[in-house]
This record gives sequence, structure tokens and C-alpha cells, in this order.
Amino acid sequence: MFSSLAAVLFDGFAYGMLLFLLSVGLSVTLGMMNFVNLAHCSFAMVGGYAAVTLANRFGWPFLATLPVAFIVAGAIAILLERLLFRRLYRASDLDQCLLTIGIVFISIAAFAWFYTTEQQSTQLPAFLQGSIQAGGMSFASYRLFLIVVALLVTGLLIAGIEHTRFGARVRAAVDNQRMARGLGIDVDRTFMLTFAIGGGLAGLGGALSIQVIGLDPSFALTFLVYVLIVVSVGGLGSIGGSFAAATVLGISDMAGKYYFPWLGAFLIYLVMVALLMWRPVGLFGRR
Amino acid sequence: MAGASEQLARQVRWRPLETAFWLAALAPFAVAPSYLSLASQVAITALFALSLDLLVGYAGLVSLGHAAFFGFGAYSAGLIAKHCWSEPLSALVVSAALAGLLGYALSHIVVRFRHLALIMLTLGFGLLLLEAANSASALTGGADGLQGFRVPGVLGFKFDLYGRTAYAYSLLVLFLCFLVARRIIHSPFGLALRGIRENALRMPAIGSASQAHLRKAYTLSAALAGIAGALLTHTTSTVSLEVLSFGRSADVLVILILGGAGRLYGGILGAIIYMVARDQFSGVNPQYWYFWIGLLLVAVVMFLPNGILGGVSALRKKAQ
Repeated sequence: MFSSLAAVLFDGFAYGMLLFLLSVGLSVTLGMMNFVNLAHCSFAMVGGYAAVTLANRFGWPFLATLPVAFIVAGAIAILLERLLFRRLYRASDLDQCLLTIGIVFISIAAFAWFYTTEQQSTQLPAFLQGSIQAGGMSFASYRLFLIVVALLVTGLLIAGIEHTRFGARVRAAVDNQRMARGLGIDVDRTFMLTFAIGGGLAGLGGALSIQVIGLDPSFALTFLVYVLIVVSVGGLGSIGGSFAAATVLGISDMAGKYYFPWLGAFLIYLVMVALLMWRPVGLFGRR
Repeated sequence: MAGASEQLARQVRWRPLETAFWLAALAPFAVAPSYLSLASQVAITALFALSLDLLVGYAGLVSLGHAAFFGFGAYSAGLIAKHCWSEPLSALVVSAALAGLLGYALSHIVVRFRHLALIMLTLGFGLLLLEAANSASALTGGADGLQGFRVPGVLGFKFDLYGRTAYAYSLLVLFLCFLVARRIIHSPFGLALRGIRENALRMPAIGSASQAHLRKAYTLSAALAGIAGALLTHTTSTVSLEVLSFGRSADVLVILILGGAGRLYGGILGAIIYMVARDQFSGVNPQYWYFWIGLLLVAVVMFLPNGILGGVSALRKKAQ
């Protein structure tokens, strides 16, 4: 009982870290521009497929594909932001939803066309395979790697947001966009860069998730729900909130699957609905 | 300046184009008898889109989980046919009442929220219902769908292979529901809903009971969606989990936006275009079909923000 509990906690935490990487960008950009970007998981999918292509077709080592996944997804995010999204910042929620759902549909069909609907996989380097024994329990190396990467990213993000000029601009824009503009901060440019970093992190998450949850074209829709749960429960624009929400969601999803498999995802949705009814702005949201 | 009541009365009057449209809806019987099954699917989808129009187009409430009510109506009708009686009209009324009841219960929660929380809650309720139907396989048949019942016919007309009765039945129900919706839209209540859509803060300030209005609209919309779902069950004699899926919620939103929200006929026009196009491209893998739908969505949002009907009326205004 105890060891199974620890295993669930460990796997759930690793899963939660993955969800955090996938969703943190959306949380910050939503908090800044109030732009409901349902296509966020499409960026993750772009990153995932970029990693798969490099690894399988060009024989790149797994670790080398990760930064490329980040860059490719970030570049696509900038492209879409410049071409489409920026025109809809003042539009209604409905228009924003529809535009981005349209992009989700396009991305699903496009990836199905180029890569078929089969699950993709990549080869892990030897040191990430197998597991590590500690205190009578075994921890999968890859999940440990996931946790380390996510914690590193979190540390970098928090340091970047708290201690750099750019981070100060982001915080100002999230807190009060009009005031930030009035002070001469170029909110559009800040937003574009934030959007690119958020998309890139999603791409990194997509590349890292191939080993854990698989990658096929429906990824953009199936994980959208989880990402939206993290964002709305954590609170818009809050990195700490996303981190907490992703951790709770990852662990409770894993525990639900382990202890109450017949409930399926019911428990997750129920918790989300209840939390949102209690706090519509999320656990750590201020608006 | 005409008074409000005069203006409302003017809107209620039937225009010749409307009469022509409903007469044209009878044309498939003579012109395309082999497409009557498709025509009944179109009518059902149109009714579903009409129900969503009350919410999205008139009350201004976004919903990403409207399939919840459609599916609830579909399962109610299926369970009634399987365990109780096979007469469809009374089952239709009961399904509508049940879906309306669900809508009424949820409306107390939903109308208090806006923006992302509203989107997530509607999405969440839709997914909850889907998961519940999937888990309760003893009652709903789970992933295999609800089978083993047949609705023989309606009012003495048997459901035939060509879908003649099915189309007549769906079209008649659509028309009746349309009349109800049209009447509601052009009532003072409908005007109040449009007021809430235009400015949600101002309406309570001028003394309108916004939340009560929204709850009513939500209940009505849910009941209409339930009727559409029950129609689908009656005309196809099966219920699959797909009736509750997110895909269905998204599709109906696409249909409504394509045709033009807030115009009554938008959903119907969108349903005709969408369903006929899908039927024509049905040889294509559904995954690729969604590519075109996605492209269409992006194009509509960017270039035709009020849908086809909105574009048409803008053109007409320009011409005048």
C-alpha cells in the first residue's frame, strides 16, 4: 500500500510537470492579453513532431532534438501571432475560440496527412532507459529526467520573471496593460516574445511527452482539456498557480487511474467544475 | 421614431423570403427523394444550431458543451423507447422536458460566470456527462451505444428506408420549434436578451432581471437541443456516445457561426451547407475533412465576422 502510494505520487508528479510545461505559456499569455488560445496544444504537437522527425529521419540524438522542438514551436507561435491572433485581441471570446479551434482542426488534419494517425515514438538514450533503485523503490529514469527538466524550467522562468527587465515588463503588462502602455512599455512586442516562449515551452513539453503519453494528431485536442484545466484552476498569469494546479492535476489523475479506474476522467472534470464554481478566477488568480 | 412595441410588431411579420424558404424546404420530397435521410439529418442539425443560437446569438453566452443537452435528449428518447413506450411524439415532449430540466439546473451555475470560467464550465459539464454516459454502461450501453429498440413510426406513418417519414417528421418539428423560437426572439423577453448581449452590465442597471432572463434562455435552449437529440434517436433508432462528444459541440458552433449567429436562419443555413458539404466529401477521410472546416472557421472569423447571413445583409446595406 505504502509503496504503491509513493509510486502514484512519483508518477503523478512527473505527469504534472509535463502538464505544467504544456500549459504555463498559455497561462501567462492569457493573463496578459485575455486571448483565449485553444490552439496552444497545437504548438506542443509541432514540437513533438519536430523532435520525432529529427530523431527518426535524421538520426539526431534525443537530447539534441529538445532545443529544436522549443525553437520550432516558438517560431510557429510567432508566425501565427503576427498573422492572425493579433487582429483578434479586441474581439469577443467566441471569435477567439472559433479562430483557434479552426487552427486546431487544421493542425490535426495536416499532421495526419504528413505523419499518418499512428502513434509516434523515439529512441531514448541508454541513460534515460530503465530505472533507478532507491530506498527499496524503483524510479523510472525518464520520469526523473522529466521532473528535473521541469524544475529547471520553472526556476529559469521565475528567475526571468522576477529579476530581468523583460520579466518586469511582462509582470507590468499582466497586472495592468493600459498602465504599462502608458509608461512606455511596448506591450505588443513583450506579448509577442512571451507568446513565443510560451509556445516554445509547449513544444518542449510536446517533445518530452512522446515517451509518456504518446504522440498522434489528436494530441492537440485531447490535451487541450487538461491544459485548460491547469490554466483556469491555477489562475491566469500565475506561474506558481500553474505549477500547483498541474501538480495536483497530475497526481490526482494518476491516483484516479490507479485506485478508481472505473471512474475514468470523471473525477478530474468534477474537481475542475467544483473548483471553478468556488473560485472562478482560479486558485491563485487575482482577476 | 417608432415605439418599441411597434418595432417588435414589424419584426414579427412574415417576409416573403421566409415563406419561400420554408416552401423550398419541402422540395427534397419531389426533387431529391434519394437524399431524404440526409435532409432529415440536416433538419435535426438545424434545430440543434437554432437552440444554440438562442444562447450564443441572442443572449451572448458562449457554450462549448451544448452537446450535453442534445445527448441528454437523445439518451432520454432512447431509454423511453427501449424501456417504456415506442410512441415518439410524447417521448419527444418528455425528452424536451428532461433536457430543459437539466438546462434549468445548470443555468443557476452557468449564468454567474463570464469569459474563461464560463467556457471551461460549459466544456466541463459536457465532458462530465460524456464520462457519466460512458461509465454507466448498464444503462446507456457505454461505448457500444444504446441499441435494441425501434421506433416503428409516428402518427401512423412508418419510418421507411428512404427517410420520407423521417424527413417529414424532422422538418415539421423543426418548423414548430422555429415558430416558438421566432416568437420568443421578437417578444420583449427576446429584446431583453439582446440587451444583455450588447451590454451585460447596463441591463441590470436599467432594472432588467438579467440573470433570470439568462436562466430562462438557457432552459429554453436546452429543451430545444433535447428535442433535436430525441429526433435523432427516433429517426436512426440508435444512440451512440458521439451525441455527447466535444466534437458535436464544436460542430454546431461552427455551423452557427458559418451561417451567422443571432439571425434565426443562420443556424439553418449553416446546417444545410455544412451537412451537404460533409455528405459530398464523405469519401474523404474525416481527418482531412476537418482541415477544410478549420480553414473555413479561420476565414469566417477573419473576413466574415457575422457569418454568411451577416455578409449578405452588409452587402444589401451597401447596395441601398
